[in-house]
Amino acid sequence: MNSNVNMSNQEYSDFVDSKAKKSNLGKNIFMAFLVGGIICSIGQVISDIAMHYGVQKQDATCITTIVLIFLGAFLTAINLYAKIGKVAGAGSIVPITGFSNSIVSPAIEFKTEGYILGLGANMFKVAGPVLVYGITTSVIVGFVYWIIKLFM
Amino acid sequence: MKLGKQSIKFENTPKLLNTSSIVGPKEMQGPLAMYFEAHTDDIFFGEKSFEKAESKLMKTCINNLLSKVPTDNSNIDYIFAGDLLNQCISSGYCIRDLNIPFFGLYGACSTFCESLMLASLFVDAGYATKTVAATSSHFCSAERQFRMPLEHGNQMSSTAQCTVTGSGAAIVVPKDISIQSPYITCITPGKIVDMGITDIANMGAAMAPAAFNTIATHLTDTSRRADYYDAIITGDLGTLGSEVLVDLFKKEGVDISSNHYDCGAMIYDIEKQDVKCGGSGCGCMASVFSSYFFEQLKTKKMNKVLIVATGALMSPLACQQGETIPSIAHAVAIENEV
Amino acid sequence: MDIFIMYLKVFLTGGIICSIGQILIDKTKLTPARILVIFVTLGTILTAIGIYGPIVEFGGAGATVPISGFGYCLANGVIKEVDAIGFLGIFIGGVKATAAGIASAVVFGFLASLIAKPSIK
Repeated sequence: MNSNVNMSNQEYSDFVDSKAKKSNLGKNIFMAFLVGGIICSIGQVISDIAMHYGVQKQDATCITTIVLIFLGAFLTAINLYAKIGKVAGAGSIVPITGFSNSIVSPAIEFKTEGYILGLGANMFKVAGPVLVYGITTSVIVGFVYWIIKLFM
Repeated sequence: MKLGKQSIKFENTPKLLNTSSIVGPKEMQGPLAMYFEAHTDDIFFGEKSFEKAESKLMKTCINNLLSKVPTDNSNIDYIFAGDLLNQCISSGYCIRDLNIPFFGLYGACSTFCESLMLASLFVDAGYATKTVAATSSHFCSAERQFRMPLEHGNQMSSTAQCTVTGSGAAIVVPKDISIQSPYITCITPGKIVDMGITDIANMGAAMAPAAFNTIATHLTDTSRRADYYDAIITGDLGTLGSEVLVDLFKKEGVDISSNHYDCGAMIYDIEKQDVKCGGSGCGCMASVFSSYFFEQLKTKKMNKVLIVATGALMSPLACQQGETIPSIAHAVAIENEV
Repeated sequence: MDIFIMYLKVFLTGGIICSIGQILIDKTKLTPARILVIFVTLGTILTAIGIYGPIVEFGGAGATVPISGFGYCLANGVIKEVDAIGFLGIFIGGVKATAAGIASAVVFGFLASLIAKPSIK
């Protein structure tokens, strides 16, 4: 009997793809839409309440961010965020609460390796790239804007 | 005696004297719960970290095994053990306290067969009279090393598998020991096979060609037919990998669908436990073979089995560098009659 | 009625942005970390070229709560600061505007991890 698989890598990959059970895209998108929408609406509620008490719009946005980040961290700490994420997928990854979750989750897990090299060093393991690329892009945007302003 | 290209037939057919298994809480909710010898309901197993918990799983398992056979640590010649963690720390720290000469092995999820092969080779050659083979894995320590933090709210891919929390150990002795027990008759160490799969959430597909290669080589080398065995047991191909394996054999005109079992597909209730394609990890075959299949052999419901542990030899680092997933499978034939 | 329509807009905008993320995850096998990076970078660029602003006008928190809204803050902040203080604003603006988010993430993250213990989902 021939003991080697008689297929090229590409053929094998296609063969496996044809066998693999597809994830239920429709249901996943619906859940992401639902949960994402709910989290954003909660954000709007927080912002509206703040503005109701006379806070400026700019500061209201800040407060919303802080409260949502707190909620994300809290839900992660009581082991609830991962359960939501299992159902919601991107619906709970994309909102700012997901950013908070991606900071708290490695921090909790690497606590066993100590507070400095474990918790401290691994806190931004998942979320670090967001800051790296976000801030870098903003500096590029600022630079381009500054150049344009020079000539206008 | 070397058989064919890469198999070895044991002239002195060592005996697989006894086995022991231990699993975590999730495995105890699965269909094989009644067969496992020991279990823990606490994923920390009373320890402070998952790595320590995994080490304790293996240690408990080995101690349980030794308590079942009339012997103590000083009578064990060598122990062959491994796990999935970097530098095999579960095994190292477990065996630190046992005072037994130790070979630390890494073959990813194929380690159980790798350690069983070496344990039987030592006994067959007469260099040892009692050897132990053991492996372990832990869902949480594996997630930490290979995937995302546990608390991170992501979804499992539909082709992913869930690392088994558990450990299994087996003791091998020469055949002249009078206790009735199955024999290890033949082994086929595998070659590394890589079909270019890069998705680390699809290990089953990456490992199926390796399992195919080893089983096909074993059958050719020993001039046996696939239906010679009551069961051809793969380690952790999962439901997708098993399907692929059966299909690969079908293409060669061999039907193994009736006697092929996969520990990864058996250990969980795939529908109810939301484990996607099933279980994986060193502890998967170790715990399932040491419990369910050893029981089948002991009670003679099965008399000839071929166990094929499959392993994916990648690391997160290699995958991030764009490497594909190399895979390996080792086969061990265990029979009640010689 | 106005408030109902406003919340409907918030819900729709947030839902659609998250759905795009889900499609990317399921169809392209991108990991969550990559999705976040793509969203924040796109948010920044789209704001700079004037596309994301109108989306925020329309969707409110539906556009600012997703991580692309973080990019919106970064871009708006840097543009405002360059207007105010010139060249140095390039380096100050982005982080200044998002400082509340970053500092709260670090502090709450730290506190949360102090009290929590890892467990299986």
